[in-house]
Amino acid sequence: MSVGAPVLSIRNLDVDYGFGRDAVRAVRDVSLTLHRGEVLGLAGESGSGKSTLAYGMTRLLAPPGVVRGGEVVYHPPGGGEPFDVLSLSDGQLREFRWAQTSIVFQGAMNSLNPVHRVVTQMVDVLRAHEPRMTARARLDRVRELLSLVGISEDRMDSYPHQLSGGMRQRVMIAMALALQPQVVIMDEPTTALDVVMQRQILRELIDLRERLGFSVMFITHDLSLLVEFSDRIAIMYGGRIVEEAPAGELYKDSLHPYSDGLLHSFPALRGPRRELTGIAGSPPDLGAMPSGCSFHPRCSRAFEPCAQTVPVLGVPVSAAPGGRGGRAVACFLHEIQPVG
Amino acid sequence: MTASTTGLAAIAPTGTAPDATPGDHDERRRRFRFIQNPKAATGTVILGIYVIFAVIGPWIAPYDPSQRGNSLVAAPSSKHWFGTTHLGQDIFSQVLVGTRGVLYVGFLAGAIATVLSVLVGVTAGYLGGLTDEGMSALSNVFLVIPALPLIVIITSALPGANDTLIALLIGLTSWAWGARILRAQTLSLRRRDYVEAARASGEKTWRVILFEIMPNLTAVIASGFVGTVIFAVMSEITLAFIGVSDVSEWNWGTILYWAQSQQALDQHAWWWFVPAGLAVALLGTSLALLNFGIDEFVNPRLRDSGGQKIRTVSGSVRMRVGFTPVVRPADLRPPRGAPVPPQPTDAAVTTVSFGKERAT
Repeated sequence: MSVGAPVLSIRNLDVDYGFGRDAVRAVRDVSLTLHRGEVLGLAGESGSGKSTLAYGMTRLLAPPGVVRGGEVVYHPPGGGEPFDVLSLSDGQLREFRWAQTSIVFQGAMNSLNPVHRVVTQMVDVLRAHEPRMTARARLDRVRELLSLVGISEDRMDSYPHQLSGGMRQRVMIAMALALQPQVVIMDEPTTALDVVMQRQILRELIDLRERLGFSVMFITHDLSLLVEFSDRIAIMYGGRIVEEAPAGELYKDSLHPYSDGLLHSFPALRGPRRELTGIAGSPPDLGAMPSGCSFHPRCSRAFEPCAQTVPVLGVPVSAAPGGRGGRAVACFLHEIQPVG
Repeated sequence: MTASTTGLAAIAPTGTAPDATPGDHDERRRRFRFIQNPKAATGTVILGIYVIFAVIGPWIAPYDPSQRGNSLVAAPSSKHWFGTTHLGQDIFSQVLVGTRGVLYVGFLAGAIATVLSVLVGVTAGYLGGLTDEGMSALSNVFLVIPALPLIVIITSALPGANDTLIALLIGLTSWAWGARILRAQTLSLRRRDYVEAARASGEKTWRVILFEIMPNLTAVIASGFVGTVIFAVMSEITLAFIGVSDVSEWNWGTILYWAQSQQALDQHAWWWFVPAGLAVALLGTSLALLNFGIDEFVNPRLRDSGGQKIRTVSGSVRMRVGFTPVVRPADLRPPRGAPVPPQPTDAAVTTVSFGKERAT
């Protein structure tokens, strides 16, 4: 497992809802790289485009969602030829999904079919993607997967309603891992669970990640969760990524005023006391975005260029020499290095 | 418009995005949205033609449908478009004149059955308890009554069986099916949170039913109405075909009755029964199409997922669940009538996103 090589690189992704005059630009010009074996957190307010980004890049967005541009390059393991997910045909996309990238959906607890046993639903995946597997091998695999997420195998024949919320969540994670994907996208998978169960499941997920070596893209609005569990965090606002940094650095020293606001909206358990501030105002209307930086109407530190020009995401000069890299910010408060 | 007041719109983008400035174009689009659906449009046009014929049919018919002529069982010609019967009657005129009776019975019966089914179904479903028991029993009884034989018996027993009576009988015997569906749907709706909220906030029962529940039943009611109209048309034609209703009143069933009794098939007089049969089939088709259209119009979820197409330079891309289309600006064909954007010279430039353009 080599952390560092990219496994999924998104370049200039644009995703719209609707078409023509009515189009709402939900994700704009997003570039993001997911590295092998990494947990990348994606945070932002409701409507900031984080889920749209995840569904857009996997082409799972329901109508009227449309990908309007950009590339999502997937690098297969073992040095295969990288390819653009957006240019796959429907058949290729079917094969690609789940086997290479899998998703644990928002409200994953309710993603299980209530009238089928857990084992039936898990075997179904294997049957579809690995038709040559024997029935016995499939069952063995299901057992293995369930034990991987800490569910005893006698629960295999249960119906979803016989499992607790946390267990259903684990089943969903086990299903996502069924075909050993390289990338697991988790869209607020633990929102419906209590905090204890959240931590427990996430801890297990991180363990699994270390054992199996997949990468995780973790979408949530719970920034404190991300700070704890992810390697890198990208903050989204108004459909753009405004800051990207290693989790610890973002927590200690966030550059963008919006990330700063998010971090000051929840208390820290340890460390010095600090004032909780929150962010005034509400998220922007994607149909009528403010000019320039979309955050400037709510930003306490806005100055002249903010209302005129859209800031570009770039490596800040201040962080570049000393930092471990991987930092980027889109704010005029920070001088950025030209992308070379 | 400030960002704070319209924050909600950003979270739930819809197919027709909430626009800050409703222009003339949007206004018109909203008004004719029902017609924009090709199914609804086709159904409406066909049904419209039928309605027009039902109104003006007897006036524009070239002959009196009962008037006998000299050319017997003649094939279609310029004089008799649909040919003639064994008495030399003009079949085209018969079809035209017959339209009125068919539509009259169909829509009257449909309206009666719909009103009854809404009254019984929604009341039973919402009030529950004894009312529900009683009304369910009533609709179960009506459900097992064999409608057609009953109508045959009643119409043959009563003197002067006219269209209104037949419509009334069909309407009174065919509401139970719709009532059951509406009752089930109401049962499922009455415990929804928004209904509970309305009740908790002190809304009157009639208001809860009319404003909270009924709008959600529109699709069911409309499809029940259309289904009953089809059923009523079929019943009426069947009645006329077996000779129960008044033979002197022309409708398509009467034509078929005479065609059958005079062995039109053996005489190879296809023009005798094909036009009337096609008229029935086409009317049924238009009503079914209208039904689909209403469904998609009332239920926004059906409307949005219904394979919307995007026209691109190389054909068109379908919007489907699970396969989000990738449409780059360069692939787009400018909409008709829109100002043509300046054509970029370099293909690479067009795929670069908005933000990037500004940055460079």
